[in-house]
Amino acid sequence: MSPDRTAVAARRAQDAAPLFAALGDATRLQLLMRLSASGPESIAQMSEKSAVTRQAITKHLQVLSDAGFVAGERRGREHIWRLRPQRFRDVQAQLDRLSKQWDDALERLRAFVEHEGPP
Amino acid sequence: MSSTNEIRKQMLIKAPQSRVWRAIADSAQFGAWFHVRLESPFVVGQPTSGQITYPGWEHVRFTLRTEAIEPETRFAYRWHPYAVDVKKDYSSEPMTLVEFLLEPQDGGTLVTVVESGFDQLPPERIAEAFRMNERGWAEQLDNIRAHVA
Repeated sequence: MSPDRTAVAARRAQDAAPLFAALGDATRLQLLMRLSASGPESIAQMSEKSAVTRQAITKHLQVLSDAGFVAGERRGREHIWRLRPQRFRDVQAQLDRLSKQWDDALERLRAFVEHEGPP
Repeated sequence: MSSTNEIRKQMLIKAPQSRVWRAIADSAQFGAWFHVRLESPFVVGQPTSGQITYPGWEHVRFTLRTEAIEPETRFAYRWHPYAVDVKKDYSSEPMTLVEFLLEPQDGGTLVTVVESGFDQLPPERIAEAFRMNERGWAEQLDNIRAHVA
């Protein structure tokens, strides 16, 4: 890989860690599934049937928003949150890239064992 | 392990299992092909760190925590995937598990790498939820599910 392409990969990698971190929480996954099933909702609607407090929901939505999985917009006095499907495609793309990195790493392992390393 | 996203890769190497094992479980040899200058051996439960030697990434410090050393058959560690932003503290983020599994095959050694736990996300559950919403997503999630053995 050329230095230029490596730099691009590094920038992409920096984008990836918060994606996986944002998904690594049960409450946040529940919020995503809920928004997926119900369509856009306000925090009040989301907290109606939830054991989690409004404050906690607000905090989790902020994490998801920072990671790009949801977007909020003001409608009158309420903030309505909706899913951003593109972000889930990004997650898939990151998994594909990591998958490719493992292909490369295993190829280097093979070359090392078969040709380069100590016997 | 089937409840989390995972990446699974295999490579047949023309060398005895003991030889392949050393290339993986000896931290100096591991570093030679993984492009990292590791500063200590792998010890179960302990972190091993070093500086990346790959061009363009030399500013990045690499750390893994060894989970299992089962001689000649299984080496496992946890790490933060994509932890390359030197300004960021990744310690509170979930780690993935990487496993190297070795077995004899066709006079050589079959190496299987499994990296799992990307989002602790049961793909079949979100696939179901998302399919109700938007058809395009179901397709994407099928792709994600393809990573699950």
